Amino acid sequence: MVLDPWGWMMMMCFFVALPCALLGAYLILRRMSLVGDAISHSALPGIVVAFAFVGDLSSPWLLVGAAVAGVLVTFLIEQIHRRTRIKQDSAIGIAFTSLFALGLVLIRVLLGDKVHLHQDSVLEGNVSHVTYAKTVRFLGLDVPDSLFPAAIVAVVTVALIIVFYRILTLSSFDAGLAASLGYSPGVVHYALMAVLSVVVVSAFEAVGAILVIALLILPGATAYLCTHRMKLMLFLSAVHALISSIAGIYISVWFNGKASAGVVIAGTLLFLLAWMIGPADGVLVKAIQRRRHLLD
Amino acid sequence: MELLSNIGFYLALSLGQKAVVAAICVGIVCGLLGCFVVVRRVALVGDAISHAVFPGVVAGFMWSDERNPWVIFLCALVAGLLGVIMVRAIVSSTKLKTDAALGVVLASFFAVGVFWNSTLELAGVDGFLFGDLTTISDEDLWLILGSTFMVSVLIYIFFRPFRVLSFDEGFAVGLGYPVRFLNGLFFGLLAFTVVVAMQAVGVILVSAMLITPAATAYLLTDRIQRMLGLSVLLGVVTALGGWWIANLDVRFQSGPMITLFGALIFSFGYFLAPRHGVMAKFLRHAGRKSRVHRENTLKSIYRIIESDGFKSGGVGVTQLAEMRKISFEEVAKDGRDLVRSGEATWEEGETAIYLTSSGWRRAAEIVRNHRLWELYLTDQADYAADHVHEDAEKIEHVLGADTVRKLERDLNFPQFDPHGKPIPSLEATLQMEQAVGKQEETGY
Repeated sequence: MVLDPWGWMMMMCFFVALPCALLGAYLILRRMSLVGDAISHSALPGIVVAFAFVGDLSSPWLLVGAAVAGVLVTFLIEQIHRRTRIKQDSAIGIAFTSLFALGLVLIRVLLGDKVHLHQDSVLEGNVSHVTYAKTVRFLGLDVPDSLFPAAIVAVVTVALIIVFYRILTLSSFDAGLAASLGYSPGVVHYALMAVLSVVVVSAFEAVGAILVIALLILPGATAYLCTHRMKLMLFLSAVHALISSIAGIYISVWFNGKASAGVVIAGTLLFLLAWMIGPADGVLVKAIQRRRHLLD
Repeated sequence: MELLSNIGFYLALSLGQKAVVAAICVGIVCGLLGCFVVVRRVALVGDAISHAVFPGVVAGFMWSDERNPWVIFLCALVAGLLGVIMVRAIVSSTKLKTDAALGVVLASFFAVGVFWNSTLELAGVDGFLFGDLTTISDEDLWLILGSTFMVSVLIYIFFRPFRVLSFDEGFAVGLGYPVRFLNGLFFGLLAFTVVVAMQAVGVILVSAMLITPAATAYLLTDRIQRMLGLSVLLGVVTALGGWWIANLDVRFQSGPMITLFGALIFSFGYFLAPRHGVMAKFLRHAGRKSRVHRENTLKSIYRIIESDGFKSGGVGVTQLAEMRKISFEEVAKDGRDLVRSGEATWEEGETAIYLTSSGWRRAAEIVRNHRLWELYLTDQADYAADHVHEDAEKIEHVLGADTVRKLERDLNFPQFDPHGKPIPSLEATLQMEQAVGKQEETGY
C-alpha cells in the first residue's frame, strides 16, 4: 500500500510539530518562549562544527552538536542576566545573535563551497523533500526514510514527557517546592534545554529556524487560551499540532505555497480563533461574561 | 544642513565608502534607540519587528513593479507596526506574557511572508531580509542618512519624556505625559529604525546592533545621558570594526562579523566593567566576605576579654581557638588578617593577640550591634529570646551608625541584651579604647 505524498507530508509535519508543541507548552508556562527562539538560532554553529567533522548532513552527531550549542546558549543567557544588571531579554538578544553570527561565519570558513547550507534554507526549511526521498518497507508500507528520525524524536520526547511529567510540571509552577523535594531546578532546566535543542534541530530541516519557533509557541499559547489545566493543555497542544499539520498541507496545496509556512499559517489561524473564543481566556468569551455579569 | 552638506561627498562615494557611511549611521541610530530598548526591557521587540516586516516586504515587491525602495520600505514599516500593535493587543487582552506574544507575532508574521513569497516566487525578497553593507544602493544610503538624522532629532526633542517612560511608566502617567502617544512614537521609531538598519546588516543581526552596544554601555555607566553617548560610540566602533574585519578575508560577511565584534566588546565590558562587571563584583564580594570574617574574629576576642572582666587587652591563641572551635593554623591566619588590617598586634611568638584601639572600637561596635538587635527582636518584634541569635549574626555586619543610634533611642538606651549580657555603651567603649591606646603608647 502506498500513501499519497501529501499524506506523508502531513505525517512528517505532525512528527515534527508534536514534540515542539509539548515542550512549547512548558516554555510558555516558564515564560521562556523566547529561549526557544534563541536555541533555534544558536543550534547553527553546533550543526556546522559537527558537520565539518563528520561530513554527513543526516548524521546523528549533528543533533549532538546542536544540543551542545543549545545548552551553551542557555548557559550564556543565565551567566549574563544572573551576574550583571542586564535583564533576561537583552541577555537572550546578545547570546543568540552572537552564536548565530558565529554559525554563519563558520559555514563560510569551515565548509566553504562544499555544501549548500544556505541562509534562507536554514531560516525557512523545506518539508516537501519527504515526497521524493528513498522509501523503506515498514509494516507493509513504503515509508520515506527521512520520516524515521523525526518519528523517533517525537516518540522519545513524548515518552520523556510522560515519564517526567510530575517533575517538569512541578518545577515549572513552583521551582522552590520542586527543589525542596530534591529535584534541582538547574538540572531540570538544563535537561529541558538539551531535549529542546534536539527537538528544534530535528525540526530544522523540515521547517527552518524561524518557523520552528511557531511550532514551539503557537500550540502552547493556543492551548493556554483554552484551558488552565496542565494535562488538558498538553493534550490541546498536541491536537493543535495535528490539526495545523493536516490543514497546513491543504492550505499549501490550495495556494500553491510552501508547506512549512502553510502549517504555521494554519496554526496561526487556530491561535486567532482561540484568542477570540478560547474558553479560558478568549476576548469574546470574556466580553460575554462581563455583559452577563452586568445584566445580573 | 547636514543633509545638504552630505550631497557633496555622497555623489563621489565608492561602494566601500558608502558601506562605511551606512555602518556609522546604523551604529548611531541603533545605539540611540538601543539604550531605551535595553532599559525598558523590550530588547526582543526589535527582533520580533525585524521578522514581522517580511509580509510587508513581499507586499512591497508585489505592488511596486520597478522595485521602488520607498514603497517597499513603507510596506515593511506598516507590517512592523502591525506586529507591535498585535503584541500589545495580545498582552493586554489575555493572560499570555510578553515573551509568548512576541514569539507568536514573530513566527506567524514571518510564516505569512514566507508563504506569500513562495506562492509568488519573487526574486530579491531574500536580499532585502539578509541585507548586506556591500550591496547598498544610493536610495538605501539616502534612507539611512535621512532616518539617522530624523531619529536623532526626535530623540533629542523627546529625551525627557522617553527617559521617564523607560524607567517608570506609572510615574510618566502621573506627570501628565501623553503616555499612549509617546509609546506609539517610541515603538514607531523602533520599527522604522529596524527596517532601515535591516537593509544594512540583515534581519537577525539588526537585533545585535540594537541590543549589544547599548547593553555594554549599560554595564559601564549609571547615567542615561552618558549611556546614550557610550552606546552611540560603541555602536559606531562595532559597525566599523566588524566591517574592517569582514574585509580581511573574502569568506567573511559584514553582518556576522559586526555582530561578533559587538559580542567581543560586550564580553570585555562583562568581565571588566568598573562597577557592574563580573570581576568588580567578585572583588567586592570577596572584600565583604573577608571583612565579615575579621569582624567575627574581633567579636570572639571581645567576648573572651569580657568573660575575664576586661582585665587584659588581649587573648591567648589557645583561648581563641577553643572559643571559635577552629584549629591553631586557622587562628594564626585570622590573627594575621587582623594584624594586616591594623586592628590587632601579635605578642612575640604569635602566642597571644592584642587589639589595637581601632580593633577594640570595631569589636565593641559589632557586639553592640549584635546585642541591640537581639533586644530589638525580643522587645519590639516579639521574638523568643532563643530565636534571635542567628538573625543578629547576619545583621550585625551591616547595621550603620545611624540605625544603631535609632535602635538605642527606640529601646530607651538599654544596658543588657535578652540573655543578660551587657551591651557595650559608647562611653565604656571610649574609655576602654583610651586605655588600649595608652597601653600602645607605653608599650604594654
